[in-house]
Amino acid sequence: MPEIESFTVNFGPQHPAAHGVLRLVLEMEGEVIHKADPHVGLLHRATEKLAETKPYNQSIGYMDRLDYVSMMCNEHGYVLAIEKLLGIKPPIRAQYIRVMFDEITRILNHLMWLGAHAMDIGAMTVFLYCFREREDLMDVYEAVSGTRMHATYYRPGGVYRDLPDKMPQYEPSPYRSAKELEELNEARSGSVLDFIEHFADRFPARIDEYETLLTDNRIWKQRTVNIGVVSPERAMQLGFSGPMLRGSGVVWDLRKHQPYEVYDQLDFDIPVGKNGDCYDRYLVRVEELRQSTRIIKQCVEWLKKNPGPVMIDDRKIAPPRRIEMKDDMESLIHHFKLFTEGYSVPEGEVYAAVEAPKGEFGVYLISDGANKPYRVKVRAPGFPHLAAMNEMVKGHMLADVVAVIGTQDIVFGEIDR
Amino acid sequence: MSVVAMLFFIVVLLFALLAAAALLTWVERRLLAWWQDRYGPNRAGPFGILQAFADVIKILLKEDWIPPLADKPVFVIAPAIVAVTMLLGFAIVPLAPGLVIADLNVALLFFFAMTGLSVYSVTFAGWASNNNYSLLGSLRTAAQMISYEVFMLLSLVGVVILAGSFRLTDIVDAQRGMWFFVPQFVGLVVFFLAAIAETHRLPFDLPEAEHELVAGYHTEYSGMKFGLFFLGEYLGMMLSSAMIVTLFFGGWLGPPFLPPIVWFLLKTAFFVCLYLLLRAALPRPRYDQLMGYAWKFLLPVALLNIVVTGAIVVATRSPAEVGS
Repeated sequence: MPEIESFTVNFGPQHPAAHGVLRLVLEMEGEVIHKADPHVGLLHRATEKLAETKPYNQSIGYMDRLDYVSMMCNEHGYVLAIEKLLGIKPPIRAQYIRVMFDEITRILNHLMWLGAHAMDIGAMTVFLYCFREREDLMDVYEAVSGTRMHATYYRPGGVYRDLPDKMPQYEPSPYRSAKELEELNEARSGSVLDFIEHFADRFPARIDEYETLLTDNRIWKQRTVNIGVVSPERAMQLGFSGPMLRGSGVVWDLRKHQPYEVYDQLDFDIPVGKNGDCYDRYLVRVEELRQSTRIIKQCVEWLKKNPGPVMIDDRKIAPPRRIEMKDDMESLIHHFKLFTEGYSVPEGEVYAAVEAPKGEFGVYLISDGANKPYRVKVRAPGFPHLAAMNEMVKGHMLADVVAVIGTQDIVFGEIDR
Repeated sequence: MSVVAMLFFIVVLLFALLAAAALLTWVERRLLAWWQDRYGPNRAGPFGILQAFADVIKILLKEDWIPPLADKPVFVIAPAIVAVTMLLGFAIVPLAPGLVIADLNVALLFFFAMTGLSVYSVTFAGWASNNNYSLLGSLRTAAQMISYEVFMLLSLVGVVILAGSFRLTDIVDAQRGMWFFVPQFVGLVVFFLAAIAETHRLPFDLPEAEHELVAGYHTEYSGMKFGLFFLGEYLGMMLSSAMIVTLFFGGWLGPPFLPPIVWFLLKTAFFVCLYLLLRAALPRPRYDQLMGYAWKFLLPVALLNIVVTGAIVVATRSPAEVGS
């Protein structure tokens, strides 16, 4: 009799639950997974190599495109590394703005994750509820940077510009009544800060809405409890970080343990799981949504009271104001030099990491003293998570693979780089 | 009814059903959008109602493609089976007194025969597609639909005991005093769950679980062949809603200020909407959980229901009544 081979399924790269271009080669017996072999590299864009060929500032935009659902956090890691090498610190207002946008980004990312995770498990309404709130935050991105996704808002030495006084408004449309339009624009009548404050006030009720649909839902629990369990020891060995690590019960958050910017002056808690299964990671992330809202509220309060510069006053690093260039030769030269050659960074190497929504996002930078980095290495949190795929799904069923992919919150932009 | 009148009625019903199935896609999307705080299709025609026709036209004009490695005859016949069996199923549904195509004395069995045959459609489709996802989908279907059919049948035995007939008009008439959902509440719950699984709608849409199996058994289908599966699904949804109404909610019965057929349609529409609401509200259980639920929970409950109903009927009615 011929040897019975196990059933092999090519899960992806084009699959509705593959979250981008994940290719999993699954060896199955019936519906039970024997081996899951993740293949990477389908979205490789050579970001690290590209960054070596350009002046420092011109690569900030590439960082947005790494983990394209937590854009500003990636910028933050890169900008922080440059600042460390340059030995500069942004003004305090810029630090608050950065922290606020880091948390807005965390909410953006977790909403995307929650929606996609729930959708993968079949609860479609959560997805659309999440996108309703994402839309508002995208508008905040648009208001400060001009784009809804790839903001390039953080710059070495601060942020691109101060928060604007106006929010973009909804336009009249034949499919919206005047009353509806007015309701939509009500929160947008004030400044961006007012809008963010308004958002932070109503968001906790929205989180309750998502939780009503999922947290105590029996089917949701059946699908997530005891699925993809990772022990705390194993999580650390595998190099997990972020909610994946905290879901297993390890208290580790860079915002608390290696505070950067003004995180040490803000009041927030770190949720930690217990069993290390998909359900705990779900709870951790949902709680993080609430904690981020808390941080945002504190930042808004501080920012409203303390106006000030948002960029350092060093013309060798930060460009001069437009108005100065009109009649000041020195400024014109600075502007020309900065936008052609860029600035040179002292020789040395540095590692800077931020607590991105998915985990520790780090940038390792080597400078040989030129205006371009000698080497850039990005530590993407998703990579070690994906590497644990086989371990997490072995012995589970096909439907659980989908739950595990969801709980890992993988984005191929950062894994393949 | 004369032969001509009957033929006319059949043609009218056929077109009404097809139009209703097309419209239902629009209704579903609008309702889901409403629950999900968005607009849904609102551009084509008033309230976007022409969207349904635009979709039909689109699906008819699509290239009719058959995968090169597929088993062609089986691949082509599979979608036809589901559409035909579901349409045939409507032949026994009494819309109003006298308004039924075939008032069979074994109508309920005919209904089971038709839903039973529709399993072949899904199994054939998955097998003939020669695709891993389709195969898994059809394996799941075969197991899911066959096991849920068992409870579907068992859940209705109570109704048959109470009405003393398999004929649907008799069952409706027997509900004049009290609609059967009161004495047969357990039967209703089991039947409803089984009907969801039978029509593979969310939350029990495992055969086509989009996020696991791409599109399950109809992954390889496109154009009007896919359209027929779609049609079958919506017809199945309407058929099982109509059956729930007929068997448990008194069919056309209702206060006389509305004509019987309107009562029937209103009740059916209510259950169709309930189907859609379930889709909006619930995640999908895992395959083994679904099967476990069926055999460990629904089977004992359905059997208990039969025993208790039978015992009560024997105890309360005279032997002559029971014997009839």
